[in-house]
Amino acid sequence: MKDMNILIVGVGGQGTLLASVILGKLALEGGYDVKLSEVHGMAQRGGSVVTHVRISEDAVGSPLIEKGEADVIVAFELLEAYRWADYLKKGGRMFINDQEINPMPVIMGAAEYPKDARPVFQSKDGVKLMDALSIAEGCGSDKAVNTVLLGALSNELPFTEEMWIGQIENTVKPKFVELNKKAFALGRRA
Amino acid sequence: MSKEIMLGNEAFARGAWEAGVRVISSYPGTPSTEITEAAVKYDDIYVEWAPNEKVAVETAVGAGVSGGRSMACMKHVGLNVAADPFFTAAATGVNAGTVLVVADDNGCHSSQNEQDTRFYARSAGVPMLEPSSSQECKDFLKMAFDMSEKYDTVMLVRSHTRISHSRGIVETGEQKKPELKDYVKNTAKFVALPAAAVKLHIAQEQRLKDFQADSESFDINKITVNSKKIGIITAGICYNYAVEALPEASFLKLGSVYPLPMRKIKEFAGMVDELYVIEEGQPFIEEQIRAAGIDVSGKDRFTIQGEYSANMIRKAFGKPVADHEEANDAPIRPPVLCAGCPHRALFHILHKLKKTVTGDIGCYTLGTLPPTSAMDTCLCMGGSIGMAHGFEKARGKEFGKNVVAVIGDSTFFHSGITGLINMSYNKTAGTVLILDNRTTGMTGHQDNPCTGKDIRGNEAPAVDIPALVKACGAQSVRELDPFDLEEMEKAIREECEKDVLSVIISKRPCALIVKQPGIPYVITDKCRKCKKCMEIGCPAIETRGDEVVIVPERCVGCGLCPKVCPFGAIEKSAAAGAVKEGR
Repeated sequence: MKDMNILIVGVGGQGTLLASVILGKLALEGGYDVKLSEVHGMAQRGGSVVTHVRISEDAVGSPLIEKGEADVIVAFELLEAYRWADYLKKGGRMFINDQEINPMPVIMGAAEYPKDARPVFQSKDGVKLMDALSIAEGCGSDKAVNTVLLGALSNELPFTEEMWIGQIENTVKPKFVELNKKAFALGRRA
Repeated sequence: MSKEIMLGNEAFARGAWEAGVRVISSYPGTPSTEITEAAVKYDDIYVEWAPNEKVAVETAVGAGVSGGRSMACMKHVGLNVAADPFFTAAATGVNAGTVLVVADDNGCHSSQNEQDTRFYARSAGVPMLEPSSSQECKDFLKMAFDMSEKYDTVMLVRSHTRISHSRGIVETGEQKKPELKDYVKNTAKFVALPAAAVKLHIAQEQRLKDFQADSESFDINKITVNSKKIGIITAGICYNYAVEALPEASFLKLGSVYPLPMRKIKEFAGMVDELYVIEEGQPFIEEQIRAAGIDVSGKDRFTIQGEYSANMIRKAFGKPVADHEEANDAPIRPPVLCAGCPHRALFHILHKLKKTVTGDIGCYTLGTLPPTSAMDTCLCMGGSIGMAHGFEKARGKEFGKNVVAVIGDSTFFHSGITGLINMSYNKTAGTVLILDNRTTGMTGHQDNPCTGKDIRGNEAPAVDIPALVKACGAQSVRELDPFDLEEMEKAIREECEKDVLSVIISKRPCALIVKQPGIPYVITDKCRKCKKCMEIGCPAIETRGDEVVIVPERCVGCGLCPKVCPFGAIEKSAAAGAVKEGR
């Protein structure tokens, strides 16, 4: 792997930051340069959030991924996948948690949740829609959606399963380690 | 020495520790907050949340004058609040190293404006460094402490949302903690009487000249020669975008952005055919270079607004960008008040009463958005109270009776108290609502003077808000839970009618810090589809076709929606026997 751009998108409060922290540690362990750009502050109150992860054998310049430059998009929610889809590189891959969380304009009836999002993704090459929420709940917590998606993403990156497990152990609270290891394994094999 | 992944803000904290900082005083503000939070993990630094940035800077200056290295961290608008001590400390100079880290927010990710802090450096005559990566955050901060002592000046280190909130690899170093410097009384230096101030200004001008002369040979002002056709002068976050967009160009990357190393800039200009400055915000560097008689351009092809990107630079220089699909037309997802948020109840009432609401800065600014739509203004920290006073003074008492000021607990301590005293002193019979949710919510739940805890979680004296506002001159003071909708509505109506200054303390803890009941509510078959419950704008209540449903995963069981339902159609799910139904 020479370099890899990963865009992680979701809704504020869904736990996108944990995924990026684990990716950063893995890149460091694997001997790569890495930059991650996150959203803190107001948008975390249920707004649209995005984390840019850029990993490279050479020095990483910009911390931001441009449109058409993401090798992989990991989406925690369907509408957010739809919003950020133009960032995907031609031939890139997407892992989408097939869950709908209505934004306030939809809740209030001022806008419609895009009906074509699911069919577009279902028929698109390189896109994997997965019910990460049910898998996470099956492991014991809906909060493990991020680890399920990391499991799916892990097949695209040159890090061993042991390295992933090691960084999950280093990052999540001890009492949640087993749950997250299970969620990771199910995501990786989904 | 080891390598770690660090947020820019964590790297600043690490740099402060390695430099042997003794005192850090800050007020939270995105994107600077995590610097001070990360410093808490270093036991040998005294760290505190001050009530505002002015107090934080005064504390840092005091600590520095007394002989200990010190730092204050804030967002760009925080330096406006701290400008008064900052400008005079810029003139007096320091004893031990004193550094202010100020984070700009181009693009307004979490701010009310896009002001450019570099102008403060020039206006006050304070040298400024600007890092471009997590590693440089740590290294430049350490350098700033040494420079502060060498040149006897307060130093500014400028950050940016994309620096503070990006993670990168940092090689850590050892701590070198200098001994406390001697404190010697020196009124000619530290008492800024007019006669002294004139002399201080002479010394200040000289040290800026010394700094500028030395900056010509700073390693952090670095020339990289590639193609001689295009030369780029840039700094901070823009350096990252520019090297990516124009890898073939020659670069002068500035680490010290005020004062500018003008001889080095001239030397670089002579090496290239075309010279450009790439800088977000105002043409701060560009205009100084042009004023020095050097042919340069930049803002003729770049905006002063928002954030830049590698693609923006590629396009400005006629270079191709990656192919990509057309953007989908996706509905926006604005941030919202959380399920269970105490502010929702209050804004629901203010909307119903059609009040003119002068607002303030915090999570509750979201009360502006539909469906509560209950805020008219948001100006600055504490501005709600001063503006309400101004409304009444211009339009009279009758109009004033329909105006309320809304301000959070932390914001009230920050800058609301003086406004309240002014209302009392200058006889405005206004009504101020203090939204006391027992925390500083928007920036991530920092403690403040009313929470009874300090930054390390140790017990601290808690300010008694009712006693405080009475002492400021409020003649009618009430404390109520905003979830008691009827009582709160009645209180607002009554207090607005009174001919005295009133304060209503709307007291209920933030839903994210006090555990909610957790038993979700459901809508039963008594529902007549009037959609009154939709008017509170709860993210857990949705329409599905004709039906209204409560999404159980999102409902925290706060119990607000049953209070607004006119038909008693909302019940606790356990009672209705329908737990976890309806996803």
